[in-house]
Amino acid sequence: MIAPARDRGGPIRPDGDVVVGSGVDRLGALVAMMIGVGLLAVPLVTYRANRIVAGDTRSVMEALPLVGAVGLIVALVAIAGIAVLVRQPPLRLAAAAIGMALLFPAIGWAASYLTPPGNTFARVSPAAGFWLIGLALALLLADCLTRLRFGPWERLASLALAFALLAVLLASGSWNDVSLVREYAGRAESFWREGRQHLFLALGSLSAAILIGFPLGVLCHRARILKGATLQVLNIIQTIPSIALFGILMVPLGYLAAVSPLAHALGIRGIGAAPALVALFLYSLLPVVANTVVGLDQVAAPVVDAARGMGLSRRQQLFQVKLPLAFPIILTGIRIVLVQNLGLATVAALIGGGGLGTFIFQGIGQTAMDLVLLGAIPIVAMAFAAAVVLDAVVDLASGVRP
Amino acid sequence: MIAIEHLTKTIGGQTIVDDVSMGVEAGTLTVIVGTSGAGKSTLLRMINRLIAPTSGRVLINGQDTMAIPEDTLRHRIGYVIQGNGLFPHRTVSGNIATVPHLLGWDAKRIDKRVNDLLVLFQLDPAEFARKYPHELSGGQQQRVGVARALAAEPTLLLMDEPFGALDPVIRSKAQEDLLSIQRRFGTTIVLVTHDMEEAFRLGDRIAVMDDARLLQYGTPAELLISPAEGFVERLVGTTERPFRLLSLTRVADALEPGAASGEPIEMDANLRDALSHLMWCGQHMLPVRDATGAIRGRVSVDGILAHARKPI
Repeated sequence: MIAPARDRGGPIRPDGDVVVGSGVDRLGALVAMMIGVGLLAVPLVTYRANRIVAGDTRSVMEALPLVGAVGLIVALVAIAGIAVLVRQPPLRLAAAAIGMALLFPAIGWAASYLTPPGNTFARVSPAAGFWLIGLALALLLADCLTRLRFGPWERLASLALAFALLAVLLASGSWNDVSLVREYAGRAESFWREGRQHLFLALGSLSAAILIGFPLGVLCHRARILKGATLQVLNIIQTIPSIALFGILMVPLGYLAAVSPLAHALGIRGIGAAPALVALFLYSLLPVVANTVVGLDQVAAPVVDAARGMGLSRRQQLFQVKLPLAFPIILTGIRIVLVQNLGLATVAALIGGGGLGTFIFQGIGQTAMDLVLLGAIPIVAMAFAAAVVLDAVVDLASGVRP
Repeated sequence: MIAIEHLTKTIGGQTIVDDVSMGVEAGTLTVIVGTSGAGKSTLLRMINRLIAPTSGRVLINGQDTMAIPEDTLRHRIGYVIQGNGLFPHRTVSGNIATVPHLLGWDAKRIDKRVNDLLVLFQLDPAEFARKYPHELSGGQQQRVGVARALAAEPTLLLMDEPFGALDPVIRSKAQEDLLSIQRRFGTTIVLVTHDMEEAFRLGDRIAVMDDARLLQYGTPAELLISPAEGFVERLVGTTERPFRLLSLTRVADALEPGAASGEPIEMDANLRDALSHLMWCGQHMLPVRDATGAIRGRVSVDGILAHARKPI
């Protein structure tokens, strides 16, 4: 009897159990190769006597006590084997998760192991091996999540779980000797302050863009002439590079602050948060306005005709029919803006606007990579989380309809 | 009930509806028929002011429609379009409750009305009330569309190609349902179609439009017996004429005294079906029974054919 081949799964025995596939999973092979290279060919961590000198690299065998190193290698080789040979997504998912759960504490362990007792200057930071293995596991994880076709609630739960595990890792103190956390420990207060500022810049400009852009989108939907002109202007703004836009805004805002005591009192300056907020707001307008217009325009003509024919006033047509039907598309616009703004707000640091970009540019100035990462990793994490959350919200909002 | 007086619509120098005048009696079903682009939809949509006339006026029960606020006017007139235009984000009951909600009916009255209409349209409320339009078949969607239009108990119902998207079997059933609902509630219906068969089947009166003008307006029999020269003649179809005439006449009208043997025919059947039955059975005559089952006389092939002849 020939077992039916399940879509991207392994062959199934007549009794229904999925057996280990005979074929090789291509993505699994790539993952295994990356793990192999990460373990054997490149260093796991870098050791430096202080935060700015060039460091020495340490392989897995050098970075961990013998038991730990062998244990990690055995576990990761087993995971690589599962990636290549096992086709069942839940098993692969478990393997990837276990891999992550071993890799991260291993780095913390390596840092504690390599740092001489009492030495607060030495820095141990993750090197190519960590990043390569981490990337391989992330690939495997992402592939499994895609294949499992999680619904919006499951995706939100997965995200919450990932962040909870990260919080546990950091709270447990096992990473306290890793350079990134040492970098943080020295500037915890400013880290949270700039983090809040970063969120303020991204969310503040988004709120303003929704407040202005949404009614503007409705107007553009009603008046064709306005639509063409508005979208044209917003499209042009979108093409201006962010640093250039910050620069362009310094002049009028600086002038405004100089001539208007009120503007000055409100904190408007040529540099600082004001031009950053205005620039991010301008970038946000296009996706909000365009998606509002597209969302309203795509409501099927017979539906609008029926609404008119039954005597819904223009306002009722808008609020009872068009907006509910356009909502998922408008939300998609907001998702684009939020992810875009979390990234773009980084540049605000260049003109004194604050935000996590501050650490990135300071780090570049001091050639302190750990400081750069202290700014960059939270930005990437926030953008990623925002994308997952809003994607789930979009799915939930359009869930009742095909 | 409706008086259309010299209604004209021009858009950008092009005349869509050209000086149309006609009256529609209360409780009748009037069909406006014509090819696409003849202006029939525009004429219909000027009745509930979805399109503003260039000149002329529409009176409903003697009142100029321009004197009534347009939303109020439309709340009173049921409106059904091709492809039904159901709101995809609302359930079946939400869709049907649209106009009652706008009119501020209380929740209990709305629930009862929605329930009654679902039952009337053979949609089990327990199963269908909470479904969304995309979960329904085309025929079910169409029925919900008509139920929605009837929700606020309008005395006038406008239908623009309501059965255009249905396949022939469901379409025929939908036409039957419409006729029985119209008989039951006495609703005045104006229906637009491009299908002459549908016009003859449904219409108490038929208005034929071509190229923005109303060419002929009369009962189906008048259209068959004395069609206006040219377009109406072609539309009515000369070869189909005797058969169409037969399908408009009931067996009761061709009843002859006397007896006959064989399976009786119903009095309410039309002559076309009766003739077809006679031919199929190979009989020259068959007995006729009324609704109670009593034999009332007989019907013969010759008697039926006499009704298919051109009147002198």
